[in-house]
Amino acid sequence: MTNATGTAQNASGRTMIKLEGLGKQYPKEPKPAVDNLTLEIPEGEIVILVGPSGCGKTTTMKMINRIIEPTSGRIILDGEDVTKADPDQLRRKIGYVIQQIGLFPHMTIAENIATVPKLLGWDGKRIDARIDELLQTVSMAPETYRNRYPKQLSGGQRQRVGVARALSGDPAVMLMDEPFGAIDPITRDRLQNEFLRLQAQVRKTIVFVTHDIDEAIKMGDRIAILQEGSRIAQYDTPEQILTAPADDFVADFIGRGASLKRLNLSRVRDTQLSQWPTVQLGDDHSTVLEALRSSDKGFALVLDEQRRPRRWVSAPDLQRGEGRALDQIGLPPEAIVEPQATLNDALNELITANYSVAIVVNAEGAYQGIVDIDSINEAIRTMRTDARARARVGLDVDEPEQVGR
Amino acid sequence: MTFFEFLERRYDDLITVALEHIVLVGISLVLSTVIGVLLGIATYRTDRPREIVLAVTGSFLTIPSFALFILMIPIFGIGAPPVVVALTMYGLLPIVRNTITGLREVDVAIVESAQGMGMSRGQRLRAIELPMAWPVIITGVRVTTLILVGIATIGSLIDGPGLGEFIFDGLARVGSPVAINLVVAGMIGVIVVAILFDALLTVLGKLTTSRGIR
Repeated sequence: MTNATGTAQNASGRTMIKLEGLGKQYPKEPKPAVDNLTLEIPEGEIVILVGPSGCGKTTTMKMINRIIEPTSGRIILDGEDVTKADPDQLRRKIGYVIQQIGLFPHMTIAENIATVPKLLGWDGKRIDARIDELLQTVSMAPETYRNRYPKQLSGGQRQRVGVARALSGDPAVMLMDEPFGAIDPITRDRLQNEFLRLQAQVRKTIVFVTHDIDEAIKMGDRIAILQEGSRIAQYDTPEQILTAPADDFVADFIGRGASLKRLNLSRVRDTQLSQWPTVQLGDDHSTVLEALRSSDKGFALVLDEQRRPRRWVSAPDLQRGEGRALDQIGLPPEAIVEPQATLNDALNELITANYSVAIVVNAEGAYQGIVDIDSINEAIRTMRTDARARARVGLDVDEPEQVGR
Repeated sequence: MTFFEFLERRYDDLITVALEHIVLVGISLVLSTVIGVLLGIATYRTDRPREIVLAVTGSFLTIPSFALFILMIPIFGIGAPPVVVALTMYGLLPIVRNTITGLREVDVAIVESAQGMGMSRGQRLRAIELPMAWPVIITGVRVTTLILVGIATIGSLIDGPGLGEFIFDGLARVGSPVAINLVVAGMIGVIVVAILFDALLTVLGKLTTSRGIR
């Protein structure tokens, strides 16, 4: 498992970046900005460095591509010690995205993306193909955007180009410093989702700095919570951090509502769905009454031929609507979610819905089941038990290293 | 003799000295620009050297042009060379100052992103910082041009070429009717040359500035 000195294993077990006793002491400062940090970053994962401002997270990240030179320790990239390597050569192999994005305003989008391939000495044809490929990857039509300038793009589009530019040299590693920090919340959410989808394809090793614990939980495969001097308070998966915070600092940093945050980690498809009585659109009222009577629920869901939800009906609705078709009585279905929605999405939906339930449908819109408060409760309970069990195992293994915490 | 009769008679002379004026200012401008931009690049990231360069080039401009031209004689003799040297000195300040300002105004995030992509110091300067500072630099060059077109006339004092010949000729004949004509013709020549230079530089600035930052 994981511990306070920041070692980790992932499925492939390969470490892509290894920081060994890394330190940064600025002259005339009483304390080092980064103090003897040891951290292993597994290949293909998003590792989030998160912590209060001034904790040294950005300094730590900038030491990996040596924008800031460390004063002690070593940086091992893909098994090679790069602490003293040529910094420009090193940086061409590492994608870099900063909060302000830093697109070159005097260059077109194509020229911006071509920067690293040009530095790497690719030929023109290959660069052109790469530009089009990357623009498509970030959902921007190449023929429309290639020749535009950054000032002609929206904030969200600039961010996308920033990511495309960072991916241009096909680096194994990407460093991202609050890449979604300067974007409005709605666009940010969309870009985060897009980025996660992209990462599922490209599987880069990503070091991601943020001060926002919610973003860390959403984006991270693994989170390093840092204290002053970049000391690791906890280095673990989001689930573990939420369910078993290592100490008061971590618990404080996560803040209240850890259970609610945890709902962001579970998907509807991983939850045990409740089944409510369902009837077909053409059924007569007695069938519906029979279905209601044989369950403990007060409402039945009316489905059409494609099993798409059409209506909620209750016994009183049937009484009042004597003789009318089932889609003429009761209430229209609300709070419809797909299996890949998070439990948090489902909870949001069901709170505002009439019957406090969310209807789960598949991509074709066909009914799959129901998420209600009980399913959410159950999910939280399961997560908590699992995490406690894992924490106990972890503690046994890591006993000798507890001193460093 | 009316001014227009005068113009008709001296038209060829006027064109000749105007062309001389253009060449004189053009050469000095190129020298000022090259030296000024280099000085700016060399000092914009420093504190003391930057202040010193600005103070020295600034003090050049405060030297009365009469005095400076005369001081040039022992070193460069008379004629065009001392005038070119003096004009180059006068032209430095706006270019140095705008180069420094322009380079310092480039967003640090953009420079850092270039650095993070693996651009060397020289590559960043050439591909990012100078193109972004260029509109500010070219504005400095335009200011310098206007200063030089004016001061160049004084060069005739030490036998330099240009429209100053007409003006000093007029000065030597104060009292005679032709004096005013000479001075006015020289003055109008200077204004026309200044407008031509400014128009040329405006067009040049447009052509050499990326659409992305216009």
